[in-house]
Amino acid sequence: MAFTAKLGGALLAAVMSTSALSSAYAADTIKVGVLHSLSGTMAISETTLKDVMLMLIEEQNKKGGLLGKKLEAVVVDPASDWPLFAEKARQLISKDKVAAVFGCWTSSSRKSVLPVFEELNSILFYPVQYEGEESSRNIFYTGAAPNQQAIPAVDYLAETEGVKRWVLEGTDYVYPQTTNKILKAYLMSKGVAESDILINYTPFGFSDWQTEVSKIKSFGSAGKKTAVVSTINGDANVPFYKELGNQGIKAKDIPVVAFSVGEEELAGLDTKPLVGHLAAWNYFQSVDAPVNAEFIKEWKAYTKNPKRVTNDPMEAAYIGFNAWVKAVEAAGTTDTDKVLDSIIGVSVPNLSGGYSTVMPNHHITKPVLIGEIQADGQFDIVQQTAQVVGDEWSDYLPDSKNLISDWRKPMACGNFNVASGKCGGKGM
Amino acid sequence: MQDNKLLRAFWLILILSFSVSAPCFAQSGADPKPLIDALAKADFSEAERLIGEIALTGDVRAVPALEAFSEGDLYVRKADGLVFIGKAGDDGLELIEPITGVSAGPAPKSALTKIKINNNLRRVISSAAGGLTLLSPDRSVRLSAANAVLSSPSAENLDLVETALAKETDPEVKARMTEARAVSVLSSDRSVDDKRDAIRTIKTIGGNDALSILSAVSGSIDASLKGDLDAALAALQSKQKLWDMAQNVWYGLSLGSVLLLAAIGLAITFGVMGIINMAHGEMVMLGAYSTFMVQDLIRDHAPGLFDWSLTIALPVAFLVTGAVGLVIERAVIRFLYGRPLETLLATWGVSLILQQTIRSIFGPTNQEVGNPSWMSGSFPVGGMTITWNRMWIIVFSLTIFFTLLVVMKKSAYGLSMRAVTQNRRMASSMGIRTPWVDALTFALGSGIAGIAGVALSQIDNVSPNLGQSYIIDSFMVVVFGGVGNLWGTLVGALSLGVLNKFLEPSVGAVLGKILVLVLIILFIQKRPRGLFALKGRAVEA
Repeated sequence: MAFTAKLGGALLAAVMSTSALSSAYAADTIKVGVLHSLSGTMAISETTLKDVMLMLIEEQNKKGGLLGKKLEAVVVDPASDWPLFAEKARQLISKDKVAAVFGCWTSSSRKSVLPVFEELNSILFYPVQYEGEESSRNIFYTGAAPNQQAIPAVDYLAETEGVKRWVLEGTDYVYPQTTNKILKAYLMSKGVAESDILINYTPFGFSDWQTEVSKIKSFGSAGKKTAVVSTINGDANVPFYKELGNQGIKAKDIPVVAFSVGEEELAGLDTKPLVGHLAAWNYFQSVDAPVNAEFIKEWKAYTKNPKRVTNDPMEAAYIGFNAWVKAVEAAGTTDTDKVLDSIIGVSVPNLSGGYSTVMPNHHITKPVLIGEIQADGQFDIVQQTAQVVGDEWSDYLPDSKNLISDWRKPMACGNFNVASGKCGGKGM
Repeated sequence: MQDNKLLRAFWLILILSFSVSAPCFAQSGADPKPLIDALAKADFSEAERLIGEIALTGDVRAVPALEAFSEGDLYVRKADGLVFIGKAGDDGLELIEPITGVSAGPAPKSALTKIKINNNLRRVISSAAGGLTLLSPDRSVRLSAANAVLSSPSAENLDLVETALAKETDPEVKARMTEARAVSVLSSDRSVDDKRDAIRTIKTIGGNDALSILSAVSGSIDASLKGDLDAALAALQSKQKLWDMAQNVWYGLSLGSVLLLAAIGLAITFGVMGIINMAHGEMVMLGAYSTFMVQDLIRDHAPGLFDWSLTIALPVAFLVTGAVGLVIERAVIRFLYGRPLETLLATWGVSLILQQTIRSIFGPTNQEVGNPSWMSGSFPVGGMTITWNRMWIIVFSLTIFFTLLVVMKKSAYGLSMRAVTQNRRMASSMGIRTPWVDALTFALGSGIAGIAGVALSQIDNVSPNLGQSYIIDSFMVVVFGGVGNLWGTLVGALSLGVLNKFLEPSVGAVLGKILVLVLIILFIQKRPRGLFALKGRAVEA
């Protein structure tokens, strides 16, 4: 028995050693919470965002900090465990007294911490593309809403590639399901027949894609130009693309446009058979802008790895952090209520060479970029739209088409129903 | 000034192109060079028009430029706006004049702009280049040209195909061109009889390709042909249905072989030794990382050996994971024999430690493990496609299975191992050093899991989480097949694979997996010891 206890202790130490990097600064610092999984299944994506946040904070400190104080990062590890996210968020806000938190990746983790941020009145910046249908007073969504990613991508395929038949392939959880619901409603509003849409879901971490890929192949042999819209998440992408390559499905024949595949995900793949498949984001590493070149250089220097790539959620984290810094400077304090007032309308440079503005619905403006995968694992941008305002409540779902969100006073409502003229209803 | 230069270059090329032997069947006869240069300023739709015009010139010399465009190797020189083919050189790019193919020297990347390409243009180019190269003296070029025309039918290519067909002598190329002609006839304004013949020809191509071509024209075709077309489609579809069945069996066997690979090591540590080894998945993961390390070394030091990387990785992975297994057995498990719950917790702890160690060393992101050329791509068998990697994995897992079987049944070590698991005290009194047999057996099970990792690195992510996705499936297979019986593991894995793949097309992957689990639970209720239950005294021990 003593042995197992010892082993348990060793185990615990091993797990803990990777988290909690909070160093002891002087008392007069502004604390910033970083809430990203550093272990478990999501560590693959979230560890990078933790590094980006540490880099941004370090740079801000080099510039003299904020309001004359140094910033101090408090890093916690919620270990890809959704209830633990809420627990760690509570610890960051109540115990560490952080001024704002940057974190979460999956929608499940965001939904888990949302009540904590509303109850304790703190601020969360959420840097990942998501399904929309949410607007909280205490959360800023700097990733793409469906109209900033999914809908422009579908438009691109329909217009330039003449796609008439659609496979919506996704992992079985809330983001793909909601996105596909919106896309289906959108496509049908554009006159696509229901029989020309195939929706298919697979479990998390799915690795045997043979049947799915051959299903796509036979769905695509109905004589109409077919494309796949992929909301496949995380690890399942690599075997999916490998199977596509091996079964000889070329982008020329059936292009795949993905919403969760960026430079980081392609790093574990030989992309030569995938040239021409697409992804839609608000940022690609290949964006030709001086501010981006500067950011990439800093990132490679900070990680001491010349092969490290940048991706879209990193840009979202960059925008969110800078917007918060600007709002705090304008408010002259890190007090939540004051910052919530001053941040709306704040404009900061994004990495695609323009400016992103924080809108009253707590989403931001940014351009939508469509990129084709290249043999070197980067994307070649084939289309860039003008700035698009993130739309939290989709106009294509019957439940939410009458809802808008505006957190400015006097409305200050996240789900105002324009039909009934009342605040409330679906959502919050 | 610049215009002047351009104009001069233009005339020079025009004169040159007349002096070079004229193309066999020039259609418009225009010079493609200014068209190629115009690509520099064209947007996607303009570029599509230009490619069409280049195809109309019928000038074969434009093909390299078109192909380079399709590959994304066509550049504009910023200084003079001329278009060049750029191949990656020592520093920057080696420039090649389009049309003449003359080298124009090196240039830094910053002096050039890449001409953008998208999927639509790639399709247009493939059809245009196909049309232009149908008369090439090279057989393989003609064959791929015929394939290109076949996959992107256009009425414009019809005359070209017919000219080429009349001259063709090679039977394989001729057959492909006949098909390509039929496809082009369907979208042309030829007579109804021609089209009827075309439908018959396309029907012989078979498979999804033929279905796709025929259903594409079903809306626009002449009413008198509707009957022929529908009959052809129906015949193709019913044939395809049979092939789909065969394909499902194949997919099932392939999934089964993956399950077998993952479970076979566990069949020893759990099945034979009775250790609930939660760290089994991590042994698979370590095997995959060994493959990554081997490939990394080969890439740096001996790129020529890359196709051998998996063969080299096999013994490496076996030794690495075997050694780790040995250490785990000596350090943890040997104190816990006969206490299954503690073993479960301790090995689970070991699995977390191994995962986090790998994460700290290699980082949390996926590592790239390449496919050797003999494991990439696929080949058709009738109406189904068989991918090389899946086929080799089936062969590989069966090889491991039978090798293991021979070791267990025929070798002295196998004998002592079976003796120890059946009756430890008697084996001990016969002079077998039971602790060492335990350690070596655990090491063997771990080593085999490592070998499985080498194969699985070809189809799955190489990340610290690799093992987690296989641990449940492995236990499922071993329990279903019957604990302590290798044959049970084989039959269990293959039948679960096939069952899964037959459920998947009708109920979807998510529900399919749930149904399989439910079926296994029901089955275990009926036969608690699995498919192949051990009989006799060993069961009681």
